[in-house]
Amino acid sequence: MAASEITQTYPGPGLDTFPKLLLHNARMFPNKDAMREKEFGIWQSWTWEQVADEIERFSLGLQVRGIQKGDKVLIIGANRPRMYWTMVAAQVLGAIPVPTYKDSVAEEMQYVIEHSEARFVIAEDQEQVDKVLEVKDRCPMVELVIYDDPRGMKNYDTSVAVDFEVVQQQGADLQAKQSDLFKQLCSQGKGEDVSIILYTSGTTGKPKGVVLTYDNVLITAYQAALVDGLTENDEILCYLPIAWVGDHIFVAQSYCMGFCVNCPESEETVAADMREIGPTYYFAPPRVFEGLLTNVQIRMEDAAPIKRKMYSYFMGVAKRVGIDLLEGKSIGLIDRLMYAIGNFVIYGPLKDALGLGRVRLAWTAGEAIGGEIFDFYRSLGINIKQLYGQTESSVFITAQPDGEVYPETVGRPSPGVELHIADDGEVLYRSPGAFHSYYKNPQSTADTKTAEGWVHTGDAGFINGQGHLRIIDRAKDVGKFNDGKMFAPKHIENKLKFFPHIQEAVTFGDGKDHCMAFINIDLGAVGNWAERNNVAYASYQELAANPNVYEMVKNSVEQVNQSLLGDEMLSHSQISRFLILHKELDADDGELTRTKKVRRALINDRYGALIEALYNGAEQCFIETEIAFEDGRVSTISGDIKIVDVKTFSTAAKAS
Amino acid sequence: MSIQNTTADQQGQPEVLLDLKNISLSFGGVKAITDISFDIYEGEVRAIIGPNGAGKSSMLNVINGFYHPQEGEIWFDGKQRTGMKPYEIAYQGIARTFQNIALFKGMSVLDNLMTGRFTHMNKNLFWQALWKGPAEQEEIINREFVEHIIDFLEIQAIRKTPVGRLPYGLQKRVELGRALAAQPKLLLLDEPMAGMNVEEKEDMCRFILDVNDTFGTTIALIEHDMGVVMDISDRVVVLDYGRKIGDGDPTAVRNDQTVIDAYLGVSH
Repeated sequence: MAASEITQTYPGPGLDTFPKLLLHNARMFPNKDAMREKEFGIWQSWTWEQVADEIERFSLGLQVRGIQKGDKVLIIGANRPRMYWTMVAAQVLGAIPVPTYKDSVAEEMQYVIEHSEARFVIAEDQEQVDKVLEVKDRCPMVELVIYDDPRGMKNYDTSVAVDFEVVQQQGADLQAKQSDLFKQLCSQGKGEDVSIILYTSGTTGKPKGVVLTYDNVLITAYQAALVDGLTENDEILCYLPIAWVGDHIFVAQSYCMGFCVNCPESEETVAADMREIGPTYYFAPPRVFEGLLTNVQIRMEDAAPIKRKMYSYFMGVAKRVGIDLLEGKSIGLIDRLMYAIGNFVIYGPLKDALGLGRVRLAWTAGEAIGGEIFDFYRSLGINIKQLYGQTESSVFITAQPDGEVYPETVGRPSPGVELHIADDGEVLYRSPGAFHSYYKNPQSTADTKTAEGWVHTGDAGFINGQGHLRIIDRAKDVGKFNDGKMFAPKHIENKLKFFPHIQEAVTFGDGKDHCMAFINIDLGAVGNWAERNNVAYASYQELAANPNVYEMVKNSVEQVNQSLLGDEMLSHSQISRFLILHKELDADDGELTRTKKVRRALINDRYGALIEALYNGAEQCFIETEIAFEDGRVSTISGDIKIVDVKTFSTAAKAS
Repeated sequence: MSIQNTTADQQGQPEVLLDLKNISLSFGGVKAITDISFDIYEGEVRAIIGPNGAGKSSMLNVINGFYHPQEGEIWFDGKQRTGMKPYEIAYQGIARTFQNIALFKGMSVLDNLMTGRFTHMNKNLFWQALWKGPAEQEEIINREFVEHIIDFLEIQAIRKTPVGRLPYGLQKRVELGRALAAQPKLLLLDEPMAGMNVEEKEDMCRFILDVNDTFGTTIALIEHDMGVVMDISDRVVVLDYGRKIGDGDPTAVRNDQTVIDAYLGVSH
């Protein structure tokens, strides 16, 4: 797919680095808030002029301390203004900031320090300084640790760890002598220079350092901001890790457009801070939106009957007309009126309570989001959209344009992005944001980025009829049925898992004729159902074997089949038979990873007999498995497991 | 704004902040404390330990003026104390926490901490009623101080939560905050870690040490967890049956035969 044209690369001529943008903003919006942080119970703010001054003094201070062009500066801490300023202060001197996750343990930190050869570390507080000092013996390259919060640091050796303000003071002294130095330094960088190294969390093997240039970050950020019409009057709350590329892009957009970045008081106060700030631009991963919705539903169930009735009535109205209204379609006058009333009594106060009252644009990405959750927010009038991206692409690969928002796609290519689907279904892209290289890892760079600049995403997907990209699965998990059609296990499993009573699912089909499934019921949800319907059960196993539970799951599976039918590429993947496992898949038994991802190879191995039974048409199968308790004891569970056939739908039937 | 008020004199002879001389306290015929003398240096962490009923809490109540000993002298900050009420002593710069939490359960954390600023508010009813002007100014200054304590104790997230809704460990922390809000010269802690789990104890230890380190506050504490006492205190005084049986640095006290006997309970 060809790239759309980029007409204006930068916010202004020559504004191709963060330091240049900083000076530009300090000139353009001297008295506009650039950054806010809640501290001591009130929002403390800094205008662009003040931010430029803070960065100037710190940056000159770093120069006094001997930082050189090309040095790496490790930054570790929460979302605090000084952490963000440090990045630009380092860039002014031609040094490269390396932000890292503040919850990483000392060993992980040591790896990043060693690999990036960081000479300086900027740490938020005593906790982080202690971690650095713990590994300092093994990392002789670290010369100095600079800390933001002086609490508890009184007795530390000042030749090893110094206060941020001390360094700033040294900078101020230099500033007094050479008042033009900072401006001179700021003008030095170029767009193609390395701007930042971001270490990816690395689910497999050691983390990789993704090297991004100013052009990568700023062009991508600016183009996305233009598409979405961001202005200097937007507000964003930065509460996700500073080492995560998304957070960096939002800050980059703030530099491009001049809007204000807000930092929460602490991790626990994010929800309250969000209400106070009322951001207009927001990002959250699907699980956050999911959590908020569940919270609303639980609290509504406890509300007074009249409130509950109003809620359910007006949510009905919203469901019917809200999304159309958001997308600017024409609506009947009565519906319009009802929605306006609903907005006054329910939607408005609800959005306000969630801190989403002023949101014009909300992104979600990272994993599949349930259609119902998506529609809930959109029907309230919150413009939540999906995007697709990764660290290597400086976030934006595709994004949903206004008016073309669907739960199952991730949108059209962002400006300047070309997409290509490989023969095996893997998505490749070429874009201005495509990363420079993996730091000190030419092998991985060559494996991921071709000589022509195409980058392998590792995800399988396709472009649907509307020109939207759909991500199906990790490319390595995608298999083929015997007739050569695509089998994407995680896609089907996610569809199953959107049902509240299904906790986990494993599907099979690679190298087979049909798709089959293992199901784990959700003990909480199904247990609740059992309680309400007077179904007695003594264990998970007994509840899982209950015929009514089977009936319930069968219904869900049929619904999934129905929905798969709508998909040309995947209609063959309908589940023909399933069983409910006699035990929950558990990380203690090695069946899941610690982050709750299914270990397919191990399950194929351990439950081979069950898989065979699914395919040979047996009605039940005997199984005995070992389970490990949390204290390390081992015991066995055994029993007969019933296997159930499910109705599948054919495309022919749909046509008739 | 600095909340530093006193600093330990590191060089030479430490200055004595509180000096108790031959204190005896009895309730009718029951002798709670018999002829006890000890002192607390400026800027130190002083632990008072002893088995149940040894007279530790009575000692604390004597120090903060709730009980008046029948015999003995109390010297605080260079002045001898004569028949003062507890609130007068609070004005002198002694604040405390209680063994059983004594917060205002229905009030928010913030309001509870503001009550700790009582000794620093002196605008009268007239000004309070008028509000605009001096009373408001005073409130702002005190609120700022309290916000520093909230930041210090990392309780931002519960600032507006009624205290009664908080778990026990956090309530203890709030109580410490209220005592700190008074900006005391001497902080008395009555079993600050009682009933806490290991993690909460670790947090509390860190806060006590940080208070001592950052604000230079002198601390006297009663505690049963010997590990905690030995780790964080500079000097320990040991009581048993209302008498002093040991006094010195933690290692000396730990190896003292009388102390070991008292704790293991040999026959008297």
